[in-house]
Amino acid sequence: MNEIAVLSGKGGTGKTCLSAAFATLCSNVVVADCDVDAANLYLILQPENDTEAVFVSGQKAVINRETCTDCGVCISYCRFDAISNINGTVEILETSCDGCMLCMRVCPENAITMAISDKSRWYSGTFRNGNMVHARLEPGEENSGKLVSVVRKAARELAKKTGAETIIIDGPPGTGCPAISSLTGAKKTIIVAEPTASGFHDMKRIIELAGNFGIKTYVVINKYDLNRDVTNQIADWCRENHLPVAGNIAFDPEMVEAMLQCKSIIELNPASDLSREIITIWNKIEKDEQTTDY
Amino acid sequence: MPVTIREMKIAIASGKGGTGKTMVSANLFYSLQNAGMKVSLVDCDAEEPNAAEFISGSSAGVSLVSQKLPVIDTEKCTFCGKCFEYCNYHAIVFLPPANFIQVVSDLCHDCGACVYACEYDAITEINKELGKVNTMQVNGQCRLIEGRVNVGVYSSVPVVKKAIQSLNCEDIAIYDSPPGISCPFIATVVRADYVVLVTEPTPFGLNDLKLSVATLEQLDKPYGVIVNKAGLGNREVYEWIAQKNIPLLMEIPFDKEIARIYSEGRLLAEVADGYQERFLVLSEKIKQACHE
Amino acid sequence: MKVAITSTGDNTDAKIDSRFGRCSYFVVYDTESGSTEFIPNPNLESIEGAGPASVQMVASKGVSKVVSGEFGSKVKSIFDQLKIQLIVVNDPSKKISDIIELLNQK
Ligand code: SF4
Ligand code: SF4
Repeated sequence: MNEIAVLSGKGGTGKTCLSAAFATLCSNVVVADCDVDAANLYLILQPENDTEAVFVSGQKAVINRETCTDCGVCISYCRFDAISNINGTVEILETSCDGCMLCMRVCPENAITMAISDKSRWYSGTFRNGNMVHARLEPGEENSGKLVSVVRKAARELAKKTGAETIIIDGPPGTGCPAISSLTGAKKTIIVAEPTASGFHDMKRIIELAGNFGIKTYVVINKYDLNRDVTNQIADWCRENHLPVAGNIAFDPEMVEAMLQCKSIIELNPASDLSREIITIWNKIEKDEQTTDY
Repeated sequence: MPVTIREMKIAIASGKGGTGKTMVSANLFYSLQNAGMKVSLVDCDAEEPNAAEFISGSSAGVSLVSQKLPVIDTEKCTFCGKCFEYCNYHAIVFLPPANFIQVVSDLCHDCGACVYACEYDAITEINKELGKVNTMQVNGQCRLIEGRVNVGVYSSVPVVKKAIQSLNCEDIAIYDSPPGISCPFIATVVRADYVVLVTEPTPFGLNDLKLSVATLEQLDKPYGVIVNKAGLGNREVYEWIAQKNIPLLMEIPFDKEIARIYSEGRLLAEVADGYQERFLVLSEKIKQACHE
Repeated sequence: MKVAITSTGDNTDAKIDSRFGRCSYFVVYDTESGSTEFIPNPNLESIEGAGPASVQMVASKGVSKVVSGEFGSKVKSIFDQLKIQLIVVNDPSKKISDIIELLNQK
């Protein structure tokens, strides 16, 4: 199974639009949208979900107002600043609670219980070119990394069932837990960089992370023509670090037009220069070290 | 234009990255600084801090952010197993037959439950570095405070908190918020008086905006919207915010020239005509909204 | 002597699972009695700490060797301290029965 993670470090570099383009180049693919904080890929791929499942992201402490005496012992123990005394009443800020259960254990009145956080969901379904798994994390719920793992596991099972050779992972921005979960065990990763000072900087951080996992890394420079100087700097840096630049993609408002029509750029205009460049990139990366039937 | 604002904390956020929130933060900072305000910019996007690429200052100190990491003294430990039972994160490996007990540092959330659990005084805590807060003096009274978490650390929240704590009696503090809607974002916006959501007029932008708005509603924070890259995409974002009665604070057009200025790490307010005034108008609008 | 092997299924025809912390099953094979015990990995779902929790699980079975496709650095260091020997089998086509055979030859 060929798991390819598309990541960027910085958000907004066009990672999701590219993932959509790659996905619509395949004939039988599984797409895992691992940007669970702000899932967008489903807007383009429009999957028909056949499964909806609850994701338990953890637990949160809840105070029983009947038995709480507002003594404040728990406040002094909580290391997440989740408990405070608001005008004489001890309250837990749900969004700050890490679920460690210490307050429950220290409460002399046994007034604290744990409630599971079960508002997040994940979905699996089919779309034009195969199957798709995506998720929705409830605001402020932790463990997006765990949800990413759940999504990836479901994607792998689907791939096994449907005989799909390739799984495309649309990863989250950043280098934190969900990014790590999106990378672990992937065979290849495509880093979508943009030629801005911050895009370059963030790209290095995510490449450092991918390097830690020993994953084969390819760089794609998106909107390269917005600043050719930085594009050249990125290309030089990649050469020095022996990283293949799989291609440069020009800025084209057609990308946005495709998004408005809920299509990938490949579906909107397969003969355009932009699409042809993306096809070349995909073939290069996908076929590297292995031959597939596309 | 004289601006009189006292102690206001504004978080600049966006559901996804790359919508231009750092650009807005940095330009707002620059404009207020030029207007003579005592303003500080806190880069709370500790996983990818980028504000320093737009604003330069001289280093005025680095403070390390650490978490506590429990260490178990096997001499004192009686292998009662209470800490193992209390640790809710599987961070303690406990094998009494092998006389083995150890905290796995990458899994520890620094909750303190094991220390509380141990009745034999066998657990002490050492410091483990998570990241740092860099402070840069931009001019006499303005600073850039940057949180930067080490690569691979599971949560940037402690770094965000420490960065915000490094403020002292500014007239205005601007928080460049982390993207997304999870804990680092919340840790930032709960410490702000007002939240500015930067979005772009595309289906992705609208989808992310809805998620951010839902989160802010839950937190009961006042907020308004800036549409960046106006002219790209369609009108859906505008229709949605109008329908929800969310104030549209500002529009920044999509323009290749603006994209280039940004990509070079330069500021619109510095190089493009009229932008400094526009950002001051923005701050006035925020101020009014805060006092409503 | 007891040996733990990571397995993709619950019988000896199943292939070795190359991931230690996230394998589907652990097989505990007893070289003296020739008995095998298949234990579903309870840590499969947990994102954080699957490795160390799995170490905890196999070590509590009293094994002295563990056979898998790969071990993370965290896991390695705990096994080292527990003086449990690690055997890396880099061939995902190997069946559990093949590995048991190899163990018996030694
Ligand atoms: S501090 Fe909390 S998370 Fe860390 S080992 Fe102790 S109980 Fe576990
Ligand atoms: S609670 Fe203290 S004595 Fe008991 S196992 Fe943990 S460290 Fe050892």
